[in-house]
Amino acid sequence: MTKDECKQAVLAIIADIAPDEDLGHVKPDVRLRDQLQLDSMDFLDIVMELRKRHGIEVPEKDYLQLASLDSCANYLTPKFNELAGKS
Amino acid sequence: MNTRTHYDVAIIGAGMSGLAAGIRLAHFGKKVCIFERHNVVGGLNSFYSSAGRKFDVGLHAMTNYVRPGVKGTPLGKLLRQLRIEREEFALCEQKQSRIAFGPCGEVSMRFTNDFAVFESEVAARFPAQIDGFRRLVKLVRAYDDVSLEAKADSARAVVRQHVTDQLLEDMLFCPVMFYGSATERDMEFGQFVIMFKALFLEGFARPLEGVRLILRILTEKYRDAGGERRMKCGVQRIAEKAGRATALVLDNGQEITADHVLSSIGAPETEWLLHLGRGGGDEEAVPHSHVGRLSFVETITVLNRQPAALGWGSDTIVFFNDSPSFRYERPTMQVDSRSGVICIPNNFDFGPGNMLPEGIFRVTCLADYDLWANLDEENYLADKARWFAAVQRSARRFLPAVDDAALTQATVATDMFTPRTITKYTGHFGGAIYGSPAKHRQGRTALANVFLCGTDQGFLGIVGAMLSGISMANYHILRPGHQP
Repeated sequence: MTKDECKQAVLAIIADIAPDEDLGHVKPDVRLRDQLQLDSMDFLDIVMELRKRHGIEVPEKDYLQLASLDSCANYLTPKFNELAGKS
Repeated sequence: MNTRTHYDVAIIGAGMSGLAAGIRLAHFGKKVCIFERHNVVGGLNSFYSSAGRKFDVGLHAMTNYVRPGVKGTPLGKLLRQLRIEREEFALCEQKQSRIAFGPCGEVSMRFTNDFAVFESEVAARFPAQIDGFRRLVKLVRAYDDVSLEAKADSARAVVRQHVTDQLLEDMLFCPVMFYGSATERDMEFGQFVIMFKALFLEGFARPLEGVRLILRILTEKYRDAGGERRMKCGVQRIAEKAGRATALVLDNGQEITADHVLSSIGAPETEWLLHLGRGGGDEEAVPHSHVGRLSFVETITVLNRQPAALGWGSDTIVFFNDSPSFRYERPTMQVDSRSGVICIPNNFDFGPGNMLPEGIFRVTCLADYDLWANLDEENYLADKARWFAAVQRSARRFLPAVDDAALTQATVATDMFTPRTITKYTGHFGGAIYGSPAKHRQGRTALANVFLCGTDQGFLGIVGAMLSGISMANYHILRPGHQP
């Protein structure tokens, strides 16, 4: 998986959690919280959807890594690839 | 037929909160089953058919309505958490509602889903109070009402710091109390804030189809997520060992085990299931100290024309009181018809060409459970008929005048629920729709794996009920330790 594909996977989750948000202009280097109305409930849902859909565990100490799309990609892409390698 | 005997989570009660909790839990892979004693879902917000006609019970209006694009409100949180698209609820806004006080509603203030309307009505009727009212509104807007550790300040005391006219104070409390307060005369300020926002800062709406549509969406989401449901299958008692629930014994005698139990049936009612589980008998009294003292009657009049044809086409909800002061407390008679709530569900803006097939005129008043509970059938029916007439007559003073003959001629059916009906169909002790005055914000019980959601957890209204189920499922089961 590439970093771009990883960002798409994260955006797909956000689109389901927050269908009322316009995701067409999300800037990858800006904190998601600063451009979308996402509260802590929503972030925890992103974490739970990552586990449900992709089997990826994000421990609580790493939640900050999900701040922006870029940081999500840096943090999650290796995890996606590690899982793909195992299967 | 569901035959499994162990679940990750067992939910008691298929009301709004139980269904919402079930959707969350099933969505995230928990094996969940909801046990419901009645044969329909909805609990306190349900429906029934009589003589081929569909009736809603509970829901007058869905509170907390905000228009699309308004973010960060309870309705938006609810839709996101349950993965429901806004359009699915097909909410139609109210036309206008009123608070009408005085023997014939001489002091009347309108409000709509646009708060500026209410603010200008307050300014017009109570010019000396408007600055204080605005300070109160500012305080309400800034208040963190979803905190699970809210302080228990007296709402009357806080409101009086800003509003010094007794009439205006009572007019503000009347709708807020009637739409959710389990406590007499006063309430916690946090509860006041939740209701003030839900009614005035947000607003009223409903689907054309009423509560059935909301319940259908919830049950479909729940089923699609893999949740199970057993109807006409109540929980008779909860067995415990070493501070944990070990089994639910169903009405049919079957035993179910579960890692977690979420009970939406109320705090004293859950306590009662534990009592029975310890071998306590039916003959022992229910712990009365925490049973809510407030119950209600509601009259329902079905009309063969739209209410607008009688001149009742503007008001969606009217909160009324005819007396010098407003008394929200258990009446000393069977019913207190001096104050109450009128609901005319036809008066939502359903859009061009859409209307309810018949006119509906509902009136809700406070009632005393004990004075209804022990009547023999003959007296029960006679008292119902007598109070139906009294309640309807009282409420009509606050609407444009319609003469008796015209109303009688337009009436095609009537029905009425009493405190006895509420207990019969919902299991709530004392006919207490809003549950116990003692709320359990954290949802904890005497047992480490049994949690409360719904009425006695303390979020109010149907949006509040659903958020309660969501919050408790999140907080105790899906991600323990995280504040919702």
